[in-house]
Amino acid sequence: MFEVLPPALIMVMGAILIGLARGHWRSLVVLGTPLVTLWAIWQIPDGVVATVTFLDYPIEPIEGSPLRRLFATIFALMAFGGGLYAFRQAKWYELSAALVYAAGAIGVSFAGDLITLFLYWELMALFSTVVVWCGGTPAARAAGIRYAIMHLLGGVILKVGIEGVVIHTGSIDVQPMLATNFDTWMILIGILINAAAPPVSAWLSDSYPESSPTGSVFLSAFTTKTAVLALILLFPGEPVLIGIGLFMVMYGIIYALLENDARRILAYSIVNQVGFMVCAIGIGTEMALNGAAAHAFAHILYKALLFMSAGAVIYRTGFSKCTDLGGLFRTMPLTAICGIVGALAISGFPLTSGFTTKTMISQAAADENLVFVYFMLAAASAGVFLHAGIKFPWFVFFQKDSGLRPKDAPWNMAAAMVLLSILCLLLGVFPDLLYAYLPYPVDYVPYTAGKVLLYLQLLLFSGLAFFLLLPLMKRTLTISLDTDWLWRVLLSRIARAVYATVASLGTAAQTRLGVGLDSLRTRAEAHFGAKLTRAGVFARAWSIGTTALWIAVLLTAYVLVYVL
Amino acid sequence: MNDDNSHWLTRPTTIRKLWWGFSIVLALTVAAQFFVYVKGYFGPDGWFGFGAVFGFLSCLAMVLVAKGLGFFLKRDEGYYAAGDDDV
Repeated sequence: MFEVLPPALIMVMGAILIGLARGHWRSLVVLGTPLVTLWAIWQIPDGVVATVTFLDYPIEPIEGSPLRRLFATIFALMAFGGGLYAFRQAKWYELSAALVYAAGAIGVSFAGDLITLFLYWELMALFSTVVVWCGGTPAARAAGIRYAIMHLLGGVILKVGIEGVVIHTGSIDVQPMLATNFDTWMILIGILINAAAPPVSAWLSDSYPESSPTGSVFLSAFTTKTAVLALILLFPGEPVLIGIGLFMVMYGIIYALLENDARRILAYSIVNQVGFMVCAIGIGTEMALNGAAAHAFAHILYKALLFMSAGAVIYRTGFSKCTDLGGLFRTMPLTAICGIVGALAISGFPLTSGFTTKTMISQAAADENLVFVYFMLAAASAGVFLHAGIKFPWFVFFQKDSGLRPKDAPWNMAAAMVLLSILCLLLGVFPDLLYAYLPYPVDYVPYTAGKVLLYLQLLLFSGLAFFLLLPLMKRTLTISLDTDWLWRVLLSRIARAVYATVASLGTAAQTRLGVGLDSLRTRAEAHFGAKLTRAGVFARAWSIGTTALWIAVLLTAYVLVYVL
Repeated sequence: MNDDNSHWLTRPTTIRKLWWGFSIVLALTVAAQFFVYVKGYFGPDGWFGFGAVFGFLSCLAMVLVAKGLGFFLKRDEGYYAAGDDDV
C-alpha cells in the first residue's frame, strides 16, 4: 500500500516501544525514534505518495512538498531535542505521550486531505493533554481538562468546516482557500484556536506552565506551529489573518510584561511569535510565506531552548516565579548562557536565527506597502526584546540575589540546551542553511549594514527602556485576567446561580408537595382508616348481623330483578 | 566561590562600568548612521536615529499600556483557586 513508511507511524511505534522497553533500551528508543523518523521524512518525494479509498473519498495520508518536509523535519528534530532533554528526568509515559503528540504533528505535516489532517489533529489534542496532565499537580489536572475542552471544541468546529467543504465542493484536498463562506470560516476558526489566536489565546498560558519542566518543552513546539503550517497550506493570503496576527503580537507582549511566572512569560511570548507568523500568512506573498515558514522553524528551536532553560531552573529549584528567583547565574552559568542565547534569538538579534527569519516578514510587509503592519512589526520587534529578550533572563538569572544556589542542569538537559543554542546561532550566521529548504526560492539578503544597524538601534534602545522603566516592572504576586475569565468564573457563577435557583425551587415544590400529600393522607385516613383508634368509614368493623341483613337485601333485589 | 554575595558582576562599581559601556554602545549605534545608510521604505524609517527613538518610545508605550491594563486585569495569585470550592 505504501511505498514509503509513514513517518508518523514510526513515531507511534516508537512511543509504544517506550512502554515496553526498560533501562538503556528505553533511552535508546526515546532518542532513536525521532532520528529514524527524520530519515523517513527525507525519503518522501514531492507529490501524493499513497492514496487509499475510504467511503468513496480518496484519502492521501502522505503528500510531500518542501514546506511539509520542512515542518516535519523541525518536529522530528524537536522530538529528538526534547527527548534528549527529558529522557533521564521525565516519566516514561510522558515521553511516550510526547512522541505520539509529535507523531500527530508530523502526520498533519504530510496530510494530503482534510480527513487525514483532522485525524492527526485530534491525535495531537489527545496526547498533548496527557503531556499537560503529566505535570502531576491538581492545578495541572484542572488545566489539562480546560485544555482538552478547548481543543476538542476546536476539533469539532474544524470538523464542521471540513464536512461543509467536503459536501459543498466534493473535494477533500488540502488546498488554498479563503474564508468566504460558513464552511471555510469554520475551518479557519478551528485552526486559529490551535494557533492560540484571540479570543481564546488564554488556553496556552493557562496550560503550558502547569506541565512538568520537561513537558513544556514538547508543548511549546508542536500545537501552535502545526496550526501555522495548516494556515500556510489552507489560507495563504487570507487578509483577516494580518489583523489577527498583529493583535496576537501585541497581546503576547502586554501580557508577558504583566506576568510573574517565568514559564508563563514564555507562554505569552509564543502567542506573540505565532502572531508574527499568522500576520505573514495573511500578507501571503512568497516572501511572506517563506518568512512564516522560516520563522516557525527558528522559533521552535529558540522557544524550546528558552523552555529548557526555564525547565532546568524549575527542576533544580522547584520555583518558577520571578519573585522567588534571581541571581541564579552564579551557580547555573550554562543554563543562564543558553537561556540568554535563546532570548537573543527570540529578540531577533543579528547573528541569531530570529534575525534571519523575522526580518523576512518585515521585508514582506515593506514590499507590499503595508505601512501600518511594517511599523507595528518594528515596534513589536523592540517589544519582544523587552518582554522575553531581557525580562526572562534578567528576572530569572540576575535581578536580586534570591539566595538560591542550585546545581547547574543535569548533563542531558545541558546537552540538549547546547545543541539548540548551536542551532540558533548556526541559522543566524549561515541563514542559507535554512533558506535552501524554504517553500519558495529565496531572494532576500538578511545582512545589509543598514538593516543590522536599524535592528541594533531598535533592540538596544528597547533594552535602555527596560532598565530605565525597571521600577514600573516590579514583579507582583499576581496573575492577569484573560478571556478565560468568562468560562472559568462567569460561567461557573452562572451555573452556580442556576443551580441555586433550581435547588430553591425544588425545595419550595417539595414543601408544597409535602403539604398536599399530607392533606391527601389525612383524607384517606378519614375514609379508609389507618390507625386502630379511629377507623375510617370503609375500614370500620361491622357486626355479622348487619352483614347478613345486607346480603339478604341484595339477594332479594337480585331475585326481583330476575323475575321481572 | 565561598563569598557569593559579592560576585564581581553584582558589585556597584561593575554595574556602573556596565552602564557606561552600555551607554557608549547606544551612542555608537546611533552615530554609526553617519556612515551607514539605513534604507527607509516609508519615509520616517530612514530618518536619522529612527530605530533608537522608535524602539525606545514603543517600549515606553507598551510598558505604560501594560501598567494601565494591570490595574484592571491583575488579580491575586489564588484568584481562580478561591472560586473552586468543589476542587
